[in-house]
Order: sequence, then structure tokens, then C-alpha cells
Amino acid sequence: MALTALFFYLFAAVTVMSGLLVIVARNPVHAVLWLILAFFNAAGLFVLLGAEFLAMILVVVYVGAVAVLFLFVVMMLDVDFASLRAGFIRHASVGALVGLVLLVELIMVLGTRVLTGAGVGAGAVKTAVTDPNLTNTEAIGRLLYTQYVYFFQAAGLILLVAMIGAIVLTLRHKEGVRRQSISVQNARTPAMAVEVVKLAPGQVIVPSGERRG
Amino acid sequence: MDIGLGHYLAVAACLFTLGIFGIFLNRKNVIVILMSVELMLLAVNINLVAFSSFLGNLTGQIFALFVLTVAAAEAAIGLAIVVVYFRNRGTIAVEDINLMKG
Repeated sequence: MALTALFFYLFAAVTVMSGLLVIVARNPVHAVLWLILAFFNAAGLFVLLGAEFLAMILVVVYVGAVAVLFLFVVMMLDVDFASLRAGFIRHASVGALVGLVLLVELIMVLGTRVLTGAGVGAGAVKTAVTDPNLTNTEAIGRLLYTQYVYFFQAAGLILLVAMIGAIVLTLRHKEGVRRQSISVQNARTPAMAVEVVKLAPGQVIVPSGERRG
Repeated sequence: MDIGLGHYLAVAACLFTLGIFGIFLNRKNVIVILMSVELMLLAVNINLVAFSSFLGNLTGQIFALFVLTVAAAEAAIGLAIVVVYFRNRGTIAVEDINLMKG
């Protein structure tokens, strides 16, 4: 139990610290790298909570896909990030005020629950999520593919729409790039493709225009 | 000492506040704003998984899974918009995004 507490404090401290460094980092590439560290340690917290499947999904999806996407975009865009940091201090005071109010409110909600013992958090003993014979992944699968199968399908649809949307947004047709045109290729006839030239002795062939499809 | 639900909720609250703070701190840089939103979604996920684990109900984890899906879709679309915007205007400063006069 002491080991669990040790790991909890380790993961929690590193998560919060790297979360702080994400928002104050000067270089956005560093910010993305701190974000990756935060995700990794949040995955550690999930493992401590007994949600191994979500922890692995967090590493695969967030670190493997989302954070790398951020990294690509930050490195691809030639932005002067120093100019974007102008007014950092001016905004910091307002942000700190809002953040402080929010944090105090959250702590008050949390504190009353824990102190009065009215909430679920008071001395809650970690119970087995479902049948102890099932692994976390298997239990999630049994629930996801039966009770929540329509939501699962809707999630797939959301990802499909996001994929199509991202492609449509970023795809651009450059001028002067040769593309394959299937219909033109299929409509080619021997009369279009082959040209018979009568050649007199000593005459040079001059191509009569390019007709590549 | 025993780690209870309150500990996890405190971590999530700190992370969520950091996300809000980050949005105010980096008002001009839309990429860091998107990263702050990801931090906030991560905090929400920690809350959901903590409640799921301590209440003995798997539904919270299923919901966290859906939050993850939507967050991934949102990041992809958001970054695509940023890339298109940068291609058209040569900047990603938030105050320059005023074509709609919003």
C-alpha cells in the first residue's frame, strides 16, 4: 500500500508539473514534449486505478497520434512564436485570477465532500469493478459491445467524419501537376494513341504534340 | 497512507485549472490553446476513471473512452484548420482571425 501511495504521488507530481510546463514553455516543441510526459504519467495514474485498457489507449492514441500530430504541425508551420508571446504577463494576471477562483471552487467542493463524509470519496474502499475473474479489457469489451454498441458505432462515425474533414480541409490541387485521369485512360482508342507516319528517306520525325494521359 | 478518491480528484482539479490558465496565458498562440484543451480533457478523463474505479462501475471508463475519441477527432480537425489558415494568411495569431467579425 505504501508503494501504491509512493507511485501515486510520483505520477501525480510529474503530471501536474509537466502540465504547468506545457503552458509556460517558451518553445512550442518543448510544450508538446511536456504534454507527452503528462500523458504518460496520467496513464500511470490510470494503471493505479485499475484501468489498464484506458492507460494503454491513452499512450497509443494521445502519445502516438495526437501529440505527434501537434509536433508535426508545430514543426511544419514557420511561425514566429516569439511574437505570439507578447502580452504574456498582461494576460497572466487575468488568467491567474480566473484559475485561482476555479481552483478554490473545486477545492471547496472537494473539501466539503471529503470532510463531511457525505461524498463517495470518504473512506471509499476500492472495490472490484466487475467480476474479479475478468480482466479490465475483457470487462470493458463485454460492456462496450453489448450495452453501448450504438455509441461505439457513433464514435466510429465521428472519427470517419473527422478524417474526411481533415483531408478535405488540407487537400489542395497544385497547378502544373500531372494527375492520373481514369476516365481519359479508359476512353483511349487506338486511333487516338497510335499515329502512322509515312516516312520518306532521310526525313526526320517531329512529334505532333504530346498526348500522354 | 491510503490513496482515496479525493487524491485523484485533486490531481484532476489541478490539471483542469492549469488548462484554463494556459488558455489565458497563451491567448495569441492557437496551438498552445489546443494543447490546453487537451490538458483539460485529460483532467476530465482522470475524474471519470477515478469515479469509475471507486464506485465499482465500468460505465465511467466507457465514457472516458468516448471522450478520448472525440478529443482525437477535435485535435485532428483543429490542427487541419490551423494548417489551412496558416497557408492562406501566413499567421496563426488568434487576434488576426477576425474575418467573421466575431
